[in-house]
Amino acid sequence: MYDVAIVGAGVVGSAIARELSKYKVNACVIERDEDVCNGTSKANSAIVHAGFDAKPGTLKAKLNVRGNAMMDELSKELDFPFKRNGSLVVCTKDQDPALLDELVEKAKANGVEVQILERDELIEMEPNLADDVVKALYAPTGAIVCPFHLTMALAENAADNGVEFFLNTEVVKIEKKDDYYVITTDKDVIEAKTVVNAAGVYADKFNNMVSENKLEIIARRGQYCLLDKDAGNHVSKTIFQLPSKMGKGVLVTPTVHGNLLVGPTAEDIDDKEGINTTAEGLDSLGVTSAQSVKNVPMRQVITSFAGLRAHEVKGDFVIGEAEDAKGFFNAAGIESPGLSSAPAIGEMVAGLVAESLGLEKNPEFNGTRKGILNPATLSVEERNELIKKQPAYGNIICRCEMISEGEILDAIHRTLGARSLDGVKRRTRAGMGRCQAGFCSPKTMEILEREVPMSMFDVTKNGKDAKIVFGYNKKI
Amino acid sequence: METRDLICIGCPLGCSLKVTLDNGEVTEVTGNTCPNGDKYARKECTNPTRIVTSSVRVKGGKINMVSCKTKEDIPKGMIFDIAKAMENVVVDAPVAIGDVVLANVCNTGVDVIATKNVEAR
Amino acid sequence: MKYDLVIVGGGPAGLAAAIAAKDNGIDSILIIERDRELGGILNQCIHNGFGLHTFKEELTGPEYASRFIAQVEERGIEYKLNTMVMDIANDKTVTAMNATDGMFTIEAKAVVLAMGCRERSRGALNIPGYRPAGIFSAGTAQRLVNIEGYMPGRRVVILGSGDIGLIMARRMTLEGAKVLAVAELMPYSGGLKRNIVQCLDDFDIPLYLSHTVVDIQGKERVEGITIAEVGPDRKPIPGTEIHYDCDTLLLSCGLLPENELSKTAGVELSPITSGPVVNDSLETNIEGVFACGNVLHVHDLVDFVSQEATNAGKNAAKYIKEGKQNATKEIEILPVDGVRYTVPKYIRPEVMDDTLTVRFLVGQVFKGCAIATYFGDELISKRKRPVMAPGEMEQVILKKSQLAEYPDIENITIKIEEA
Repeated sequence: MYDVAIVGAGVVGSAIARELSKYKVNACVIERDEDVCNGTSKANSAIVHAGFDAKPGTLKAKLNVRGNAMMDELSKELDFPFKRNGSLVVCTKDQDPALLDELVEKAKANGVEVQILERDELIEMEPNLADDVVKALYAPTGAIVCPFHLTMALAENAADNGVEFFLNTEVVKIEKKDDYYVITTDKDVIEAKTVVNAAGVYADKFNNMVSENKLEIIARRGQYCLLDKDAGNHVSKTIFQLPSKMGKGVLVTPTVHGNLLVGPTAEDIDDKEGINTTAEGLDSLGVTSAQSVKNVPMRQVITSFAGLRAHEVKGDFVIGEAEDAKGFFNAAGIESPGLSSAPAIGEMVAGLVAESLGLEKNPEFNGTRKGILNPATLSVEERNELIKKQPAYGNIICRCEMISEGEILDAIHRTLGARSLDGVKRRTRAGMGRCQAGFCSPKTMEILEREVPMSMFDVTKNGKDAKIVFGYNKKI
Repeated sequence: METRDLICIGCPLGCSLKVTLDNGEVTEVTGNTCPNGDKYARKECTNPTRIVTSSVRVKGGKINMVSCKTKEDIPKGMIFDIAKAMENVVVDAPVAIGDVVLANVCNTGVDVIATKNVEAR
Repeated sequence: MKYDLVIVGGGPAGLAAAIAAKDNGIDSILIIERDRELGGILNQCIHNGFGLHTFKEELTGPEYASRFIAQVEERGIEYKLNTMVMDIANDKTVTAMNATDGMFTIEAKAVVLAMGCRERSRGALNIPGYRPAGIFSAGTAQRLVNIEGYMPGRRVVILGSGDIGLIMARRMTLEGAKVLAVAELMPYSGGLKRNIVQCLDDFDIPLYLSHTVVDIQGKERVEGITIAEVGPDRKPIPGTEIHYDCDTLLLSCGLLPENELSKTAGVELSPITSGPVVNDSLETNIEGVFACGNVLHVHDLVDFVSQEATNAGKNAAKYIKEGKQNATKEIEILPVDGVRYTVPKYIRPEVMDDTLTVRFLVGQVFKGCAIATYFGDELISKRKRPVMAPGEMEQVILKKSQLAEYPDIENITIKIEEA
């Protein structure tokens, strides 16, 4: 019997797991996919909002501001890329500047530092702002983060502190017993005193199995284009648009790895697995982004993708114990600013669970985690020392991102290590560059085969039936 | 009398050729702009041939596969038979370019030979 | 470490450049190759059809490569395998890394860029749909099948009719896969006629010109592909969709010179070719840095790569021995009316070779036209070409003696005209 079973190993489930591991607790995380960070957490804007946008008094406002404030220290403890690059909400000459003033008011209420800047100051800061931009709201605490590394860091640290992770395990049914829950998965049955529902777009399904306070989560699709690092300096801050008749607008932002990201669209869809991009969606990004940033080099797109935001119809995050199902804790409806809020959601939910179970602090807790070493940050001497000890660090596998075999070995052999091409890619960036794994995937497959070890025919892109090769040639 | 349409592969021009055959004999070629087109059409209609290339497994080599080809043209109709015949071929390293990988493949009188050097491990 | 000449890349371009440099008196040469063997992409091009110009016989890719590798070995030219060049500084200091030597720098008197090219990826093509496994560039599939010995698909649709795509249609078919269709965005194929006949027609594989992929289905592995016809604006025409149940999509949609290292050296790149801008000696704007092969511009035939690289090697040798050639004048070749670009772009009439081959691609299919060369405003030559296609390289040969008769011209124009 577990004290806690967390459903979902996205950024929210992982943050809760890590916060819970600060207590003496017998906890597990159940994830249907083969890796953590495989749903909404992997396909979003990769930004940490300053917190001026959410309606004052909501959970979104409170947890965003708290989450943002936690990031600096967390990124040091857990060694993931995070950068306070600041953000701008731009107002064009056709838009109502009063909308910016409304944001200033909300920012004040939420306790977020912002200022209004006029065009001449803005252009100095961001020379590529569109010619129609007249003023903007500047939030210096706006930031960018790597969502993969944030999630993996949280999950690895939770696992290192004793939380069990069941990957490739899909929850089918949750039943409430008198003082515990029975969770039926596609593999076996797990019993737990409490359940944390961090199941993203499926959180309504699990809540509705045990509670009469029904949730309804709509999958809101956002499509993005990621541009080559050559375009990474096109803007330095995250550039938001004011909502207009045309819609909520799209953002243009650098990523922590130096690419440029443009998106998202916003479409409510029926399919909770509908992470496909569409021609209309992708085409719209160039047009819409041009309203705030000029000359975005859309010809330098290296990949496009879509993610689903888990939008709960009432609008706010749904966090806390279900009134009619004691011991069942929701972390549901976590759409934007979910990534920004995740550390704070983790803290809040873990606190509620700990109080409910009467958990004691874990004196053994070790909150630091080392990320995968990036040899590019070393001096030549240090790098040569490393290669002498571990020659694999001298063997470049991904030529676009200059990722060595040493980094891939680390990704495979560390806690909750990579078992697929995407697993390696998200941990190391091998395959994430301009050739999009054309050259390195056969080599990465060989390394997975040798190191996991696994059959070449079981190597997948991202688990399940996403196989890469079907057999030896001449034999299919 | 039958006619066949071909595209000449002799040069980038890619002439559309019309070949008239009588009992398997070419009686007329039209559409070509040069004599090579005529020659190509006659061969292609009476005795079309191809080189087949593939790769087969190597045992004990520095790499796992060695590329190979039929040393000479083989009848076009036998392409699949020859591809099939290479299915279970495994050669031992070292292999040198020109080494026979499979002799007299499908009784064509043509050998399949290696097109790459593979050193032993 | 010090070498007179560092050659970045041990494919057909790098090998030919090294051989030429050695034969022109340079002994201190290092080829740096990132793969485990010399030969570059030729190692996976196991089909025949290489070398008709160079050796007057039809070779397979590995055979063609082996002839150059043998010459490199005979001459005792040094090379390092499994070694990645990380940076080239504009003073020609080359930083490289491998597992045995670690990170090291080489001071070179001259550098030849011969890094080759890469394939355009699905992302760069912006194809909508899901992102399942089973989408490969044709070259990746070629490596998996021919070198690693694995089958990446059973039922295959191919987008793009470039030569690698056509070759892979036949290759996959011979290995037992079913190739359902090849779709090509343009109204003409970018591949050689011979490949269309021998790789598609021989196996009854349909080629749909003016078609593109409009949707990719399948959440884990590819389950289906939808193609549709495109209009003159290259946008899909609703109602023309054709759906295929398949597990694989191969992409053969163009090659891009890999000039990331050239950029670190400050080499000026052409927006048309994505390769360096070079003069008659194939030298870039950085003195002593030369370029050849597919990193300079994408070639249709490897024979031309070898010829070009031989020149680059020879010119690098000359530079090492004699230093910078002083020329008072540099004239520009202007590509117009159907000529997309020329390599080289600049010519120095005083120091150029006696004859110079100017290579280029045309922007569309031309039938019954001619290549016209003007020195200034004066028509110098007009050569009839029954057909020219964007995938097939064209050339003009310029003579030093002829140019000497026109000392005052500002530029040379090459264009396509009515015959």
